[in-house]
Amino acid sequence: MSNSWSIYIIIGVIVQIIAYAWLLLATSKTEVEGADHENDTGHVWDEDLRELNNPLPKWWLNLFILTIVFSLLYLVLYPGLGNIKGVLGWTQEKQFKEEYALVHEARKEFFSQFAGKPIPDLAKDPKALKVGGNIFANRCAVCHGSDAQGAIGFPNLTDEEWLYGGEPQDIVTSITNGRHGVMPPFAQVLGEEGIKQVATFVRATWHGKPGDPEAVAAGKQKFQNFCAACHGVDGKGNKVIGAPDLTNEIWLHGTSDAIIETVLHEGASGTMPAHQGVLEPEAIRLVAAYVYSLSHKQ
Amino acid sequence: MNEVTYNDKVVRQFAVMTLIWGIVGMLVGVWIAGQLAWPSWNFDGLVPWLSFNRLRPLHTNAVIFAFAGSALIGTSFYVVQRTSHVRLFSDKLAAFVFWGYQLVIVGAVLTLPFGYTQSREYAELIWPLDVLLTIVWVAYAVVFFGTLAKRKVKHIYVANWFYAAFIITIAILHVFNNLQIPVNWHLSYSVYSGAVDALVQWWYGHNAVGFFLTAGFLGMMYYFVPKQAGRPIYSYRLSIVHFWALISSYMWAGPHHLHYTSLPDWAQSLGMVFSLILLAPSWGGMINGIMTLSGAWHKLRDDPIIKFLIVSLSFYGMSTFEGPMMAVKTVNAMSHYTDWTIGHVHSGALGWVAMMTLGSLYVLFPRLYGRKQMYSTQLINVHFWVATLGIVLYIASMWIAGVMQGLMWRDVNPDGTLVYSFIESIKATYPYYIARFIGGLMFLTGMFIMAYNVWKTIRGDEPADLPLTYGAKTA
Repeated sequence: MSNSWSIYIIIGVIVQIIAYAWLLLATSKTEVEGADHENDTGHVWDEDLRELNNPLPKWWLNLFILTIVFSLLYLVLYPGLGNIKGVLGWTQEKQFKEEYALVHEARKEFFSQFAGKPIPDLAKDPKALKVGGNIFANRCAVCHGSDAQGAIGFPNLTDEEWLYGGEPQDIVTSITNGRHGVMPPFAQVLGEEGIKQVATFVRATWHGKPGDPEAVAAGKQKFQNFCAACHGVDGKGNKVIGAPDLTNEIWLHGTSDAIIETVLHEGASGTMPAHQGVLEPEAIRLVAAYVYSLSHKQ
Repeated sequence: MNEVTYNDKVVRQFAVMTLIWGIVGMLVGVWIAGQLAWPSWNFDGLVPWLSFNRLRPLHTNAVIFAFAGSALIGTSFYVVQRTSHVRLFSDKLAAFVFWGYQLVIVGAVLTLPFGYTQSREYAELIWPLDVLLTIVWVAYAVVFFGTLAKRKVKHIYVANWFYAAFIITIAILHVFNNLQIPVNWHLSYSVYSGAVDALVQWWYGHNAVGFFLTAGFLGMMYYFVPKQAGRPIYSYRLSIVHFWALISSYMWAGPHHLHYTSLPDWAQSLGMVFSLILLAPSWGGMINGIMTLSGAWHKLRDDPIIKFLIVSLSFYGMSTFEGPMMAVKTVNAMSHYTDWTIGHVHSGALGWVAMMTLGSLYVLFPRLYGRKQMYSTQLINVHFWVATLGIVLYIASMWIAGVMQGLMWRDVNPDGTLVYSFIESIKATYPYYIARFIGGLMFLTGMFIMAYNVWKTIRGDEPADLPLTYGAKTA
């Protein structure tokens, strides 16, 4: 803020507060001549509207003065009068940083008790699971659900199926660096009929849904040409690039014919955000242990 | 010589529309309260214009601008004539104010549910409606100040100071907060950006409360309370002090809506400090009202209208204590974004604004229609109790819900994580949402009781405008 604006604000505030003081001083006489419960100001409106001129109630006057004194004191201590910083040097950024540093220190100390323990061990430690669960509820539940069972487009973390692998180190990597899964659109390559053929092939071969043998044969050919590179000839997927297994009943985007065809048509993509820098490495290990525990019940 | 009369036609029109818009606005309010308690009432978004986010601005606009606004304009026309002892400055212009203002409201009903909005809270109306409202408001100012200018009494009655401050300030607020560059007939962009935009919006937002819902209603209070109590105003000097202090400190208070945001620290501090200073000036109005009623306490026994007025003043005192307290940064850090704010707003909107309006309407209707009194005093009494208990249930449930939410959101585990997820706080709030729904429903029920009572009172011949009684007396 430029100096002239600052001065403008300071003058505005001070003048207004002085005006209050003057207003109170000018009207605060507790004894008012010729005006009490019997005598009014002599003004009359609408036949019977009159005004008494009672003095300002003392307690009210004191309340007013008290708020003014408090305000002046506050403006001396805290920023308020334009560019004047206030005696305490308080800013909201400073308050945030101080409180954040305190929490950060406390967390560091708190996490130290879990340092160096392998994730499968942490996954059996109720205390570690409680902390991991807390972090999960704060950070992960918004997409994966508070029960971690996911939703359309967001993987279920409680089953045995893993897009990018379910070993402790895989989970830590997924949380730390994030993941970005992309299924490209195939409308241009396969055409309407090709899409139907591939869908029919997938469902007939691995899901026991009967389909026109000609379409299945044509679909198989197309699958091997265009899909097998990622999903594998056997349809089992590829954890290195997060290509899903198409042979089981777990579908990230839904199981209906319409959804499968839509995904073939338009493609699909999903992002797991990276948490490096958001969560401390120890916090990531704890939440990984919690996630690991969900599919490794004792 | 032809007898000069007051223009009561426009007052009658506004009074009836106040009642109708009150029912509409509160009905929408009860409906969206139900949507919060039972989300299935949103029909899974199958009917977008029945979803909460579309109906919520309709509710706020209907109760603030349609219900309270019609009450303010109507009573100001009534009061300024009676206390100036002249007929309105221009009948034609007054009729234009009525029809123009109703047109703005109908415009709101036809745009907000369908998603046409400026997305500025309490200033959602799209720019063509803003322009129309500006024209209507200028006409309103001309009628009001024109009438004051030709008044036959030397002193301007205190109610008119407050109505005048309300009219002038709302004009300024409305114009500056709605400075937008139109893109097409319904879309426009604010000329301000970032934190400046937010500050202008809440300078507007808080002064809409301060001048629309406070100063204007103090004007109403200063006429109808002494009139119904048959007592003189308690203190002329108190009204001077609290008038000037109130209108000057409200101007600064807006930033308390933006504590702990990207608004600079100095602006936040000034918002807080002037909100605290606002406490005494606000209470000045309450004291003047309640002390005016004192000496007429016996009337509480058999005049339920006085009960409406005294409860209104009590809620005014309570919410103007609560407001400065919530503006204190430390309190605000907990109360902001919780349902406590909703409770605070409704102790003002239902407790103060609506109760003052309803009390004043009960005074007005028989006079406007040449009846001796309302059709049923007993029904006024029933209305009073249903409404008052409804408000108490509403506010108490939102207090508990708000404080609970604030405490849940800030509760931290030893590992630095939050104890509760957001959804857990919503789950914990459900019982209070249901209690609030019932409270709102009770208040709405009172409105229907009143509508029946008013209908029984006013049906039949429409009376002629009343003569200038003052003129007749002095002639």
